[in-house]
Amino acid sequence: MNLVTISGPPSSGKTSVILKTIVSLKKQGLKVAVAKFDCLYTDDDVLYKKAGIPVRKGLSGALCPDHYFVSNVEEITNWALKNEFDILISESAGLCNRCSPYIKGIKAVCVIDNLSGINTPKKIGPMLKTADIVVITKGDIVSQAEREVFASRVNTVNPSAIIMHINGLTGQGSFELSTLLYEEALNIDSLKGMELRFPMPAALCSYCLGETRIGESYQMGNVRKMKVED
Amino acid sequence: MAEINNRKISDLISEFPFLTSFFSDNGFEISGKEELTLSEYLAQFDEDEIEDKAIDIDNVAFQINEFIKQMIAFLGKEDDVVQTVTILPGYDKSGVAEDFEKLVIEQGQIICIVGPTGSGKSRLLGDIEWVAQGDTPTGRSVLINGEIPDKKWRFSSADKLVAQLSQNMNFVMDLSVYEFVELHAESRMVQNRDQVIEKIINKANSLAGEVFTPDTPITSLSGGQSRALMIADTAILSKSPIILIDEIENAGIDRKKALSLLLSEDKIVLMATHDPVLALMGDRRIVIKNGGIYKVIDTTDEERKILSTLEKMDRTLLAYRTKLRQGEIITKIDNT
Ligand SMILES: Nc1ncnc2c1ncn2[C@@H]1O[C@H](COP(=O)(O)OP(=O)(O)OP(=O)(O)O)[C@@H](O)[C@H]1O
Ligand SMILES: Nc1nc2c(ncn2[C@@H]2O[C@H](COP(=O)(O)OP(=O)(O)O)[C@@H](O)[C@H]2O)c(=O)[nH]1
Ligand SMILES: [Mg+2]
Ligand SMILES: [Mg+2]
Ligand SMILES: [Zn+2]
Ligand SMILES: [Zn+2]
Repeated sequence: MNLVTISGPPSSGKTSVILKTIVSLKKQGLKVAVAKFDCLYTDDDVLYKKAGIPVRKGLSGALCPDHYFVSNVEEITNWALKNEFDILISESAGLCNRCSPYIKGIKAVCVIDNLSGINTPKKIGPMLKTADIVVITKGDIVSQAEREVFASRVNTVNPSAIIMHINGLTGQGSFELSTLLYEEALNIDSLKGMELRFPMPAALCSYCLGETRIGESYQMGNVRKMKVED
Repeated sequence: MAEINNRKISDLISEFPFLTSFFSDNGFEISGKEELTLSEYLAQFDEDEIEDKAIDIDNVAFQINEFIKQMIAFLGKEDDVVQTVTILPGYDKSGVAEDFEKLVIEQGQIICIVGPTGSGKSRLLGDIEWVAQGDTPTGRSVLINGEIPDKKWRFSSADKLVAQLSQNMNFVMDLSVYEFVELHAESRMVQNRDQVIEKIINKANSLAGEVFTPDTPITSLSGGQSRALMIADTAILSKSPIILIDEIENAGIDRKKALSLLLSEDKIVLMATHDPVLALMGDRRIVIKNGGIYKVIDTTDEERKILSTLEKMDRTLLAYRTKLRQGEIITKIDNT
């Protein structure tokens, strides 16, 4: 089985792209399942079910969804292996622009949209910079010039990625993406011993653990103070 | 790669000036550090900084190398001349082979694509964009200049075979016309920027009725002005040899001039349209049915004559539209 991790800012078009791409994957005779990770709320699982795609979802609640992802990816992979799927696609919303769910040896796709502004590629960290494929959506609502400028900015922060343009509404471009996802050579039978591509920040302060009170005496663990000049 | 690691930043930048944008877009502050070698520069980040800035130390030299390779290829090459695009037949949705030997489209031609909703027009355009090699649902293959094309047409972000004029004319950036075109010119590494920008704005003004200035904010352009700017910008700045158009709305812009501007820049124009005036402006039209190319029709001489009548009717309609807009009352049909 292949695991494919797909990540990107909220509402960038991940679900739309995945749904359209799975149509083409199925036509190639592949059995596909989805694992959806989000923070507080998602009804993406309903959309996947409606499309007849087996799906499992996890809400991270108080945790960073990417941290939650790493803690659960092994179990979800085992579920997919047991059910003999050919591809498990994970969809996770990158919320902190800092973490990324990508694993060495596992295909990593980042979905971002043309509307997010031309400086966005600079602001997104490893989620964009270490992806193998970057999918740019919503090209239908901007000009050719804006598409070209945006793609060239993406290329500057991740020159080695394949950049693809997909329309999440019509699916134009999704067939092409489907041909790049499954590779015999990337088959896995467990995630044991695998590693994240990029470490996640060790931000573990008392607020991560549910502290709500404000004030120095409640701040424990990894606390950093900003310099506020007079 | 080892070589890059051991070179001074100032050296790298003087040889490859475009690395300035690589450093700044990736959040590397290099001022005052130019005399360090790349590996010395990277070594000065401590663990906290590496974590804070999410720097992938091991990967930086690799990405720089990749970036340099792409930029050299991009800057060094002559513009690719695509003289012909050839489509070799595949199958329609029922698996029936398409009934033509090959379809050759030449530089400077306008090809219209017609057919009902869901018939496969977008798929045909998709086949061309992805330079299909029998590996799309239609089984078609696409040749460039008569040969099996280079893979770069699929994967390079700088060399796209196809540029698309969007139907939708929103700009999402908040810039003046000049700044907007400048940004595009910058990303295309254009040399004589000022002249090119001026040319684009002049051309756009010749397509649109009402004139705008370089310092007009793009978000306040009218529909016709935006369309004109986009067409002029794509014709002149976009390197893609093929331009796809999904209808050009018949408002506020001289469509004939727009098409001839695209052709004067040696483009191939593919246009999906149902508008008879546009469809007959093409040299040929491809009729799609049930996923397959059903017919290829060369525009006949008679059709060209009819076109001029249709254009006259078009102008008449447009004149009435203008009258309505200006609050006039229409009293008689003017048949001149
Ligand atoms: N020859 C073919 N074989 C198999 N599937 C095809 C073929 N041609 C088109 N299709 C599929 O048919 C569907 C509809 O085609 P497409 O979207 O290209 O239609 P269209 O003409 O662009 O429609 P619209 O006018 O609504 O935009 C798509 O899923 C496309 O992949
Ligand atoms: N116009 C346009 N809208 C899109 C495109 N892709 C996605 N959308 C819309 O953007 C919204 C968010 O998409 P969704 O797939 O739910 O994003 P996700 O949160 O990343 O999974 C939805 O309303 C989609 O219909 C696109 O290419 N063009
Ligand atoms: Mg989603
Ligand atoms: Mg279509
Ligand atoms: Zn995080
Ligand atoms: Zn915390």
